[in-house]
Amino acid sequence: MSMGLLFDATRCVGCGACASACKEQNHLPGEVEERTTAYTWTTVEEKEGAYVRHLCMHCLVPTCASVCPVAALKKTPEGPVVYDSEKCMGCRYCMMACPFDVPKYQWDRAVPIVGKCILCAGRVKEGKPTACAEACPADATLFGSRADLIKEAKKRIRENPGGYLDHIYGQTEAGGTSVMMISNVPFEKLGLKKDLPGEPPALRTWQVLSNIPDFVAVWGVFLYGVHWITARRDVVAQAHPRPRPEGPEAPKDRRPS
Amino acid sequence: MSTAATQPARRPWPGFWTALFAVLFIAFCVVTVIRFTKGLGAVTNLSDRFPWGLWIGFDLLCGVGLAAGAFTLTAVVHLFNLRKFEPIVRPAILTGFLGYIFVIMALMFDLGQPWRIWHALIYWNPHSVMFEVAWCVMLYTTVLTMEFAPVVLERFGFHAPSRIIHGLITPLVIAGVLLSTLHQSSLGSLYLIVPTKLHPLWYSQLLPLFFYISAIGAGIGMVILESYMSKRAFGRHLEMELLEPLARAMVVALGIYGLLRLQTIARNHAFGDIGALTYEGKMFLLEFALGVVIPVVLLSFQKLRTNASWLVTGAFSAVLGFVVNRLNVSVTGMERAAGIRYIPSLMEIIVSVGLVGLGMAVFALTVRYFPIFEPHPEPEPADPEGA
Repeated sequence: MSMGLLFDATRCVGCGACASACKEQNHLPGEVEERTTAYTWTTVEEKEGAYVRHLCMHCLVPTCASVCPVAALKKTPEGPVVYDSEKCMGCRYCMMACPFDVPKYQWDRAVPIVGKCILCAGRVKEGKPTACAEACPADATLFGSRADLIKEAKKRIRENPGGYLDHIYGQTEAGGTSVMMISNVPFEKLGLKKDLPGEPPALRTWQVLSNIPDFVAVWGVFLYGVHWITARRDVVAQAHPRPRPEGPEAPKDRRPS
Repeated sequence: MSTAATQPARRPWPGFWTALFAVLFIAFCVVTVIRFTKGLGAVTNLSDRFPWGLWIGFDLLCGVGLAAGAFTLTAVVHLFNLRKFEPIVRPAILTGFLGYIFVIMALMFDLGQPWRIWHALIYWNPHSVMFEVAWCVMLYTTVLTMEFAPVVLERFGFHAPSRIIHGLITPLVIAGVLLSTLHQSSLGSLYLIVPTKLHPLWYSQLLPLFFYISAIGAGIGMVILESYMSKRAFGRHLEMELLEPLARAMVVALGIYGLLRLQTIARNHAFGDIGALTYEGKMFLLEFALGVVIPVVLLSFQKLRTNASWLVTGAFSAVLGFVVNRLNVSVTGMERAAGIRYIPSLMEIIVSVGLVGLGMAVFALTVRYFPIFEPHPEPEPADPEGA
């Protein structure tokens, strides 16, 4: 079953327990930083009088996984988008392409890797909730199956229409994500990207890439055809020599006798 | 042989350039050491908000693009059979080859763990444009090496392997054109994935086509520039009868490209940015003036096209505009979404300039010691006279 998180901005008290628990769980060095980095995979930020979490959204069709040339990033059936640092060669295309600007890099290391939330993939596989969800004292981060979480979010919005915006952030954004958010403050004011397309960006490149085999065949035959015709023209011209206007060119290697 | 004799006399101030090159080389070595001991953050202005900078925008995108003269001219000579262009094929192939070596060396700096570059061979992800780029770089560099190999082989008297390559030239050239078409366009496809980040003056589903056509235009521009530079360096005459028709082809390529760009901007409703002269609007105007308007207008006139200095001006403008375009796509167009301005650090510039300098030095040396510009003898056994 595909698991995920539901973050309820109206419940978050900004204590930062999730960020600390994440550091501990994933053995990340240093203190919790202000913004997410390769060493801080989730943060809590105060915006417009509300608190919002920043973390990987774990897209259903992840852009990062689609662009990675060595398939170091991939979506697991349990929901997390995981990263294999042993494969990564550091092209940083995932950082460039991610619609949520999630992957971060170890700029200070001679042998750097990417860092991002992996939705506690190991724990989730064992059936346990993520460390951040377990640590949350206010039930602001809820762990569950994506389908259940959507049901729960809809229920909260329905039961308290004045208390929420009628929108589940992540239900359709960039083709849908495993981490979703509900709030009473507009999402763009919380610093979340708006106007994201409802279809995964990965489809746009696949439209081009999937045509390559056809293209190679047609273009290859065309080019050979051009060569065949133009070369044949030379053969014909040699068999039936005609006086050519380009006089000085022709008698280069044949002396007139 | 005659070139070697004229060489020392034509240099007015040899000490200056040698000194400059030496200083640059030392700086380049220092930056290299810092890069590989302290990491990318110590030498670049790259950050989590701006992960791709000068080394991708200039070294990779422009290095590959300006190497496009190689596949264009090999196609013209070997596939379209326009044999009169034969004398400028070798310099074009040499530029292409050095351009790709330049790109690979730049990647050695830009990749976080360049010693893993071979991972693309074993860990496949056909959904990734970068995967396609990696394979095109590898395969096309191989093709260029084989296309250039006869020059080296013949110089040292290995005629048999050279003859084998000559026999394989048609499939080799076709492979080269195919790979180049894929590679040039795939560099544009890299940016298809960022519809919400790249500014509407540059984002389009047609990016792969734009990158392809503009590379053909600028690649031809590079061929013209090289002929001019080698003329200056070696006191050769400019083959105007060859460069003039090439300039015409460049006008057509850039003209089509310019029209398509304008249509796309209209469709993206982005003309407002140009009218309002925003930062992006100004950068677009610079790019479009240099890369399309000036070369197309200048070289549309036969009088200017057949005049060496105007021809070179037009070609130079096209190449400059091409570079600005690639930097606009990779830097200018991405800055608004990133929320920060990216300006390359001095050390990033030193690496790029150092690599360009290295490439030019190797080009100059190769031209001096190998038969690149001299008329080279056709391999006689291929066409016996008895026919």
